[in-house]
Amino acid sequence: MKDWRYWLAEQRGTLLALGIFIVMFVIYTSNHPAGFTANVVQTAANKGVLLAFVAMAQTLVVITSGIDLSVGMIFLLTNCLASWLVVGTPIQTTLGVIAVLAAGLLCGAINGAIVIYGRLQPIVATIATGAVYYGIGLLLRPFPGGSVNEDLADALTGRLFDLVPASLVVLLAVVLLIWVPFSRSVLGRAAYAAGSSETAAYMSGVPIRRGKFAAYTLAGLLAAIGGLFLTFFTYTGEAAYASGNAYTLFSIAAVVLGGVSLFGGKGSAIGAIFGALAFRTIGDLLFVFDFDPLWQPLFQGVILLVAVSLGAFALFRVRNRLEWFL
Amino acid sequence: MSETTLGGIAGRMPKFIRRADPAVLTAFACIVVLLLVGSVYSRSFLSPEYLLQQLKVASFLGVIATGMMLVILLGQIDLSVPWSVAAGAMMACAAAAYGPAGVALAITFGIFCGVLIGIVNGIGVAYMRIPSMIITLATNAVSQGLMVVYTGGFSPQDSATGAMRYLATGFTIPGVPNAVIIWALIGAVMVFVLTRTGFGRAVYGIGNRERAAYLSGVDTRRVVMIAFAVSGGLSAFGGVLLAGYASKAAQSMGDAYLLPSIAAVVLGGTSILGGRGSYLGTVAGVILITLLQSILSVMQMPEAGRQIIYGVVIVAMLLLYGRAPASR
Repeated sequence: MKDWRYWLAEQRGTLLALGIFIVMFVIYTSNHPAGFTANVVQTAANKGVLLAFVAMAQTLVVITSGIDLSVGMIFLLTNCLASWLVVGTPIQTTLGVIAVLAAGLLCGAINGAIVIYGRLQPIVATIATGAVYYGIGLLLRPFPGGSVNEDLADALTGRLFDLVPASLVVLLAVVLLIWVPFSRSVLGRAAYAAGSSETAAYMSGVPIRRGKFAAYTLAGLLAAIGGLFLTFFTYTGEAAYASGNAYTLFSIAAVVLGGVSLFGGKGSAIGAIFGALAFRTIGDLLFVFDFDPLWQPLFQGVILLVAVSLGAFALFRVRNRLEWFL
Repeated sequence: MSETTLGGIAGRMPKFIRRADPAVLTAFACIVVLLLVGSVYSRSFLSPEYLLQQLKVASFLGVIATGMMLVILLGQIDLSVPWSVAAGAMMACAAAAYGPAGVALAITFGIFCGVLIGIVNGIGVAYMRIPSMIITLATNAVSQGLMVVYTGGFSPQDSATGAMRYLATGFTIPGVPNAVIIWALIGAVMVFVLTRTGFGRAVYGIGNRERAAYLSGVDTRRVVMIAFAVSGGLSAFGGVLLAGYASKAAQSMGDAYLLPSIAAVVLGGTSILGGRGSYLGTVAGVILITLLQSILSVMQMPEAGRQIIYGVVIVAMLLLYGRAPASR
């Protein structure tokens, strides 16, 4: 096989997600009353980027064959925190942003420490830490409110050169500054190795613990970036339980659509980003076609159900029935 | 393990204690501590009326946790509890709108809807081999969507029938609430199934190693599917009882039951990896969680504090005895 074939096989999930997104987005914009204009793209980008950050966070953990059911709650907590801290003079705002990101890192590190060094199941551990993060968020914002540095918010949610949505530029920067270095580092490879076979990775002397810990911690950071952006869009902080849960759920849907294997070791955050954008666009298709918004939760649920069921096709390749039971 | 007969315990106390799971003993010890702490806060905490009231509130969680335990014993998890509870309650109330036949069948219909959700979960996990936490999250989202579409943003018929109210709040035996009797019955059936039937043995076997259970001739996929269906049905039944208790169904009524039901099972010493655990532990876990909630509300702890304490307590208890073996 030639090199480009290997590359194609590796990127198949990502390319498929990109394809789904492009098709959906073309259907979306061609039926949108305003058509393909900078405004429509900006609105779509701003909505999609929120989910894209949370989906990237989920990807990092899913690659290690874990799952983080607290990403939505970290997202909420950092939103509430940002509505207190990211205000005032430029210096205060900068310190606030750093504090919010540090809080996200800390949340992720706590998850990682409990799962890896405490040796608890990621599902239960992150549900429990999610409750704690939600509680802290509620403590910070018992009622929706607060404010944010509006100059910064408008700059990051507006358009660059009146053409490119700034939020997409930030997303690209995050991919280049966090995901690319991580996935090419020893730690990133350790996270992949731990996901595809923990025993084999352990036997080969791969630093699986450090790799997984880095993945959980960076997941917290990415969720915090998402929370920061939520504050920039809404100008307020709100600890809404349903919204936190929804983001956790949608992040899993986005990860699956983006071709990341839930069993770990396969996929990339770039795929998850396209998965997130595609998921958001599919959800918004209902509005373009004038459906009752009441149908949206059901529609999104069905997409999620279909997306996770696609994994079942792998069963047709099973030769030995014992391979059913992992 | 036959720790159900109270009479037999006194006779063979030392053996019983030797055989008891340390996790179950810890849970019971925590219950005693909580009762002592509570009695410091309020004189009436140890009165029989108050304790009976707690037991009644615990029985709703107990019914839901019974189904959750069955699934956790398999080494799986059911995250569709919130909307199974809500769907059971809302569908039971909705059925009551269709004349006398509807009223008569309301409870059955509510449970039936829960079983349907459970069967979808079961097919996904057992036959399509989708990780349980993913497929149950998805069915949870779908049932939420269905309920939102059904109600259309408002509640068409949401008041509970007389039978539902009687089950949740009435008294057949003077002094003992019906809900407690129902929990005791369901618990007894569960203990019987888990300890005395082939199905129960298959559940423990699958939880330990599904491959081995399959090779021993157990139809593991059917067992897994039945377990999920039972879990869905019991969640919905819990919802029906809750609707009877509050005399109406609400959309978000199940949200408060996901974490407590998992916590109750796990705190009761059932291994989250499956294959290990007794129903007595789950009973202890349910009572422990209910007392904790009750004390926090007596202390007038706001919702935020409750969530934090919940999460911390669960992580702490899990770290004490729920850890996986080290990779070596």
